[in-house]
Amino acid sequence: MPEVIEKVGIQLKVNGKPYSASVEPRMLLVELLREEFNLTGTHVGCDTTYCGACTVLMNGAIVKSCTMFAVQADGAEILTVEGLAEDGTLHPIQKAFGESYGLQCGYCTPGLMLSTYQLVSGNREPSEPEIRKAIAGNTCRCTGYQNIFKAIRLAGHKMKGA
Amino acid sequence: MLSQLGDDAKVLAGGQSLIPLMKLRFANPSHLVDLNFIPGTAYIKEEGASVRLGALTRHAEIEKSGIAARIPILHDCAAGIADTQIRNRGTIGGSLAEADPSGDWAAVLLTQKTEVRCLSPRGERTLPLAGFISDAYTTVLEHDELVSEIVVKNPEKNSGGAYLAFKRSAPVYPTASAAVHLAMEGDTCKDAAIVLGCVGLVPVKATAAEGTLRGSKIDDKALTAAMEAVRAAVDPQPDMRGSAEYKRKLAAALVKRAIEVAARRARGEQVEVSHIYA
Repeated sequence: MPEVIEKVGIQLKVNGKPYSASVEPRMLLVELLREEFNLTGTHVGCDTTYCGACTVLMNGAIVKSCTMFAVQADGAEILTVEGLAEDGTLHPIQKAFGESYGLQCGYCTPGLMLSTYQLVSGNREPSEPEIRKAIAGNTCRCTGYQNIFKAIRLAGHKMKGA
Repeated sequence: MLSQLGDDAKVLAGGQSLIPLMKLRFANPSHLVDLNFIPGTAYIKEEGASVRLGALTRHAEIEKSGIAARIPILHDCAAGIADTQIRNRGTIGGSLAEADPSGDWAAVLLTQKTEVRCLSPRGERTLPLAGFISDAYTTVLEHDELVSEIVVKNPEKNSGGAYLAFKRSAPVYPTASAAVHLAMEGDTCKDAAIVLGCVGLVPVKATAAEGTLRGSKIDDKALTAAMEAVRAAVDPQPDMRGSAEYKRKLAAALVKRAIEVAARRARGEQVEVSHIYA
């Protein structure tokens, strides 16, 4: 007999909207976002806390959503890539990644943009060492990172005065 | 709660080690008790001649803390553990209680006068960190006992510490690491503490290397002797991070650099170091 696992009710805000869900305590945050809320912009890359494809912003700080349980996000405010654009207008970070060719296959891009978000929120003109440190937890296997650095600098520039 | 749930229950702090271990089924707890919703468990306070850190204080909070920065070796460690995402979640108490042989905090804090405060239904006890870790992944914590606070004494005047770790990329554990604390009197080293991470089942206190520095000037001769003593003291396991010989050489090289930085800091110089990775 498979064990019946009692579900837990949680409430959280994702991209500014209130959500509630009833989840098994073992469910990961990334599974909640993708499978329950259909927010599939957050990716699962390695599922081993390495690659950062699942990076989301939780209460202003980036986390790997594959390394947190959904129940731990009860009461939290989450920002995913779907929450970056406003009213059909791309966020400056998204524009910067596009204009700088800061992506190729795009798999790591949502995570990288959230890491960029945390960085440029506090620092509009990050130096190269600061950029390298900020995205050290995001693996990209296509670009070689140079255009990502450009995109992040451009994003900071675009967000000046914002 | 832990005593009610039985031996297979585990506590969840930052979860940045435990959750990956659970996915691999290396850890298979029957119950997880999440400490993250308990208020007042994350703080950095200066009290008397000590810095007190709540067990649930995240590495990122320590990295940004002005109080913690007064003991630069704490900043070296906090700023370089894994990556931004993991530092935002992982906790100092969880790191010590997990006692991973490749963990960062234990090696760093063993060079300082550090005490671990532990809490259980029987009350509170304060242990020196040196007696806290008994084996790989094993501490003296009872099953129903938690780390509540880490207390680090302010280092004495004219002393300095440094922590250097080498890792192959940001998110992984280091291949080897070296924590050094030097108390200086003019150009002469009065006292030294050297602890190495990743090169034994528990952090290795390099007693002989400490002895080579005590009473001597920090010059090429002293550095060479300390490096030689470190190579002899460590017992690294060969694995995918490198051969035993490679790790021995790496540990010695990290110690050399950490001694140099610690000596400069003891003179009052501002030096920034942290983990080294590609």
